Amino acid sequence: MSTFMSRNDLLLLIGFTIAVLTMPLWLAPFGAGYPDLLNRFAIFAIFAIGFNILFGLTGYLSFGHAAFFGVGSYAAVWSFKLLSMDALPALLFAVVISALFALLIGFLSLRRSGIYFSILTLAFAQMSYNLAYSVLTPITNGETGLQLTLRDPRVLDNALFEAGPGLPSPTLLGMPLQGFEAFYFCAALLIVAFFLAQRISGSPFGMMLKGIKSNQTRMHYTGFNTRPYTLAAFVISGMYAGLAGGMLAIVDPLVGAERMQWTASGEVVLMTILGGAGTLLGPVIGAWLIKYFENIFSAINDVILARFWSFLPDGVSDAMVQITSKFVGDGWFLTLGLVFVLIVIFLPGGVMEGVRRIADQFRPSRRSGRPANQARPHPRPAE
Amino acid sequence: MAQPNIVLHVADVHKRFGGLHALADIDLQVEEGTTHAIIGPNGAGKSTLLNVIIGKLAPTSGQVVFDGAVLTGRKPYQINQLGIARVFQTPEIFGDLSVLHNVMIPALAKRDGAFRLNMLKNLNAETTIRDEALHMLEDVGMSGHVDMLASSLSRGDKRRMELAMCLIQHPRLLLLDEPTAGMSRHDTNTTIELLQKIKQRGMTKVIIEHDMHVVFSLADKISVLAQGRIIADGSPDDVRGNPAVQEAYLGGTH
Repeated sequence: MSTFMSRNDLLLLIGFTIAVLTMPLWLAPFGAGYPDLLNRFAIFAIFAIGFNILFGLTGYLSFGHAAFFGVGSYAAVWSFKLLSMDALPALLFAVVISALFALLIGFLSLRRSGIYFSILTLAFAQMSYNLAYSVLTPITNGETGLQLTLRDPRVLDNALFEAGPGLPSPTLLGMPLQGFEAFYFCAALLIVAFFLAQRISGSPFGMMLKGIKSNQTRMHYTGFNTRPYTLAAFVISGMYAGLAGGMLAIVDPLVGAERMQWTASGEVVLMTILGGAGTLLGPVIGAWLIKYFENIFSAINDVILARFWSFLPDGVSDAMVQITSKFVGDGWFLTLGLVFVLIVIFLPGGVMEGVRRIADQFRPSRRSGRPANQARPHPRPAE
Repeated sequence: MAQPNIVLHVADVHKRFGGLHALADIDLQVEEGTTHAIIGPNGAGKSTLLNVIIGKLAPTSGQVVFDGAVLTGRKPYQINQLGIARVFQTPEIFGDLSVLHNVMIPALAKRDGAFRLNMLKNLNAETTIRDEALHMLEDVGMSGHVDMLASSLSRGDKRRMELAMCLIQHPRLLLLDEPTAGMSRHDTNTTIELLQKIKQRGMTKVIIEHDMHVVFSLADKISVLAQGRIIADGSPDDVRGNPAVQEAYLGGTH
């Protein structure tokens, strides 16, 4: 067992599994225990975990990962339309097609590193976004978004079952994927995705990726051809993005090109940095925080605020409502921005660095000298 | 004694940077098992020569041959895979990783080659590589630093670790670029002892050095470089008595 997985890794995986499966329970008091949001927590956590393999481990900051997310979504919907409403072929297509797409874009973008790499990925992603809006309308249905229709062939489904009335919804081996069934499906995939990321991070291959981030020159003079390593990391993270995109298509089968826009690419960067780039849990926490803010803070309105501040004298309470209303509702971006700025300034290693600092307070004997197995606090793109 | 085996042959190498003739007509032969020192004043072209050998710079003309293989035009990783390792003037190490992992990475490069997609194996299962690395760290006297973050090491320890990173690959040729630059006298002597220990194992070394104490403690053969040319070549005693060398070092301005 020890050669398969260290004890700490195993404990982390078990803890993570329990935390994910009990999410409906512990998130309920925060108003986030409903399946629709929980699905997004799982989906974007997978997206961020995959992104972290490229950015956190290898040190290449991609600004175009939403392209793979979008490709995954389109691929999944086409699988629904042409083959079957089953989730498995849809996800298989999402992962395979986004992998091919990532292979192409990665092959071209990885000819450069640092800021030039980031700009190249951004350019390719924006190209994909604009193509999806214009030239590729037959595939993407442009502005309207790709959606299921009654006239879809669904070859496999129609061969096997009698078509029911109305639009069908995604299933898993015949079981409808709705409500908490959908969540537990997403949660299972999240746990598998986390496990695989853990394996990759702890493998000799993962060590090479960390070596590339730390000192690519030394990697060259040590006898490594770093290009296939970075390309493999790029494709793997593209596949994670495609999987996440495919999953979003399962819970929300109306796919628009905005899933590929640069704001979506930027969001996964924020998630990873906010949680802690290079750590296993960080990207997951970052994804959950951002999706929580997006869905909960944006839903707070003046009525809720007035109730919250009602313990204050009338004039003061009105003023507080006025001030705080700028930070909620449509202003949730302001709150997110402030949180992000504060974290990057005071905790450059993200939330995970905060967790580590608190843990260190309780272990005074180990405070001197940072143990080497911890990631560098400053996320830094490759030179 | 049979004909000495020439491991490295720098043949008629020229290197120009614009109008500057950094290396002119360099012809250098390094015999197997020897320590060959390249000395010379600042700006003589020593580092340029090393960069040409290791593939970082392409020569303007001429070629470098290592054990029958032409190095010119190959990439640094290919040159390493042929059995050449390099210690840099400023240590090139993996600062974000532990000392142990710093030494395990080159061992994996030696075993697995330039690329291997082994992502489902756990690093903890690489016990042979791990033991090899621990042994190597013991050899260079760094057993106490195994779990430290490499960036937190002292400068002297970083160099020793970088040397361990090269030695674990059992290179046929080790290039050392001023291995004692910026070291205290004590650290310098420790490094000399370490290099003498390697010498007994018969590893071929090319060493660039400023410190004459280091050069005369280690070198079997010395080439003196001045203004991009080799002005003297021979045993330490030959070179010490050579008037051209005296002039180059004592500030002759040509």
